[in-house]
Amino acid sequence: MPRTAPPWETKRELLVKAEDTTNPEHGHKPSERPVAEYVRYGVINLDKPAGPTSHEVAAWTKKIMHLTRIGHGGTLEALSA
Amino acid sequence: MTGVLPVTLEDSTKIVQALLHSGKEYVCVMKLHGDVEETPVKKVLAEFQDQIYQRPPLRASVKRQLRTRRIYYIDFLEIDGRNVLFKVGCEGGTYIRKLCYDIGEILGVGAHMQELRRTLAGPFTENKNCVRLHDVAYWFLEWQEKKDPNILRKFIQPMETALALVPKIMVRDSAVDALCHGANLNAPGILAAETGVTKGAMVAILTLKGEAIALAKTLISTEEILNLKHGTVATLQRVVMPRGTYPKVWKSGKAK
Repeated sequence: MPRTAPPWETKRELLVKAEDTTNPEHGHKPSERPVAEYVRYGVINLDKPAGPTSHEVAAWTKKIMHLTRIGHGGTLEALSA
Repeated sequence: MTGVLPVTLEDSTKIVQALLHSGKEYVCVMKLHGDVEETPVKKVLAEFQDQIYQRPPLRASVKRQLRTRRIYYIDFLEIDGRNVLFKVGCEGGTYIRKLCYDIGEILGVGAHMQELRRTLAGPFTENKNCVRLHDVAYWFLEWQEKKDPNILRKFIQPMETALALVPKIMVRDSAVDALCHGANLNAPGILAAETGVTKGAMVAILTLKGEAIALAKTLISTEEILNLKHGTVATLQRVVMPRGTYPKVWKSGKAK
């Protein structure tokens, strides 16, 4: 089989249906969120070390940053699991 | 096993499903259990560049039933004795340990996965803003001392980054709060839609500022969305934005 283009190579175009403006009084651009919200709606691209499980690594991150909730995208098994 | 592991903090955990089903890329060392020439190894690797059947391994976190996964590409990199180095791009939920085992079976000598590094998970790659646990601990402490938000921006990215590969629909301010309350997405509220939305696909609904409101399942395609004047476009799956972020503008039923 020839190579299939993976989904991360898909290019998308934004097609406009109607024009409108957004009120600056409500919400924030993702990059301009105030600190507390920035963390609450934040994601870390973590380089998992060998040894611990993905769940452990996520739990450590939670502990280090004193968070209440954490999740991770796709389990990477621990060394020799 | 090492590599890219996107970690969602607090409320962004609600959109983690967008990452679970996203494609992955790995670099893998496979150990052969017998001597095989380079040519047959390359040939068999190429055969696996296809839709494959896989039964999850004994130690797996999902139901062990036969399922299909797409291997987008397998690039042979190097062979050194019985160690084979290759790069594989695949659908989320592909077990590389199982892939190595199966390749070994086809080669006739047997094989196992020796080492694995994930180089990409959906929109996240090992080359862009990938941080180690040490960095997180160090920068977080530094932030606690100096209270400079730029330190947080060094290692935390907005959750919208995680939605980079999910097709997007932008809506009016006036539609936002209804969506936060779980209402279906209707045609009049839509300002723009990305190409490649298919019926039943997952989409991200954003404000004009680019903030994620919710993940939804579409009922129609991009072309149909742009032409539709009335009616439901998508049903919500997961709401991330809290109610009241934008003002409520709808009128509720009959006055009592």
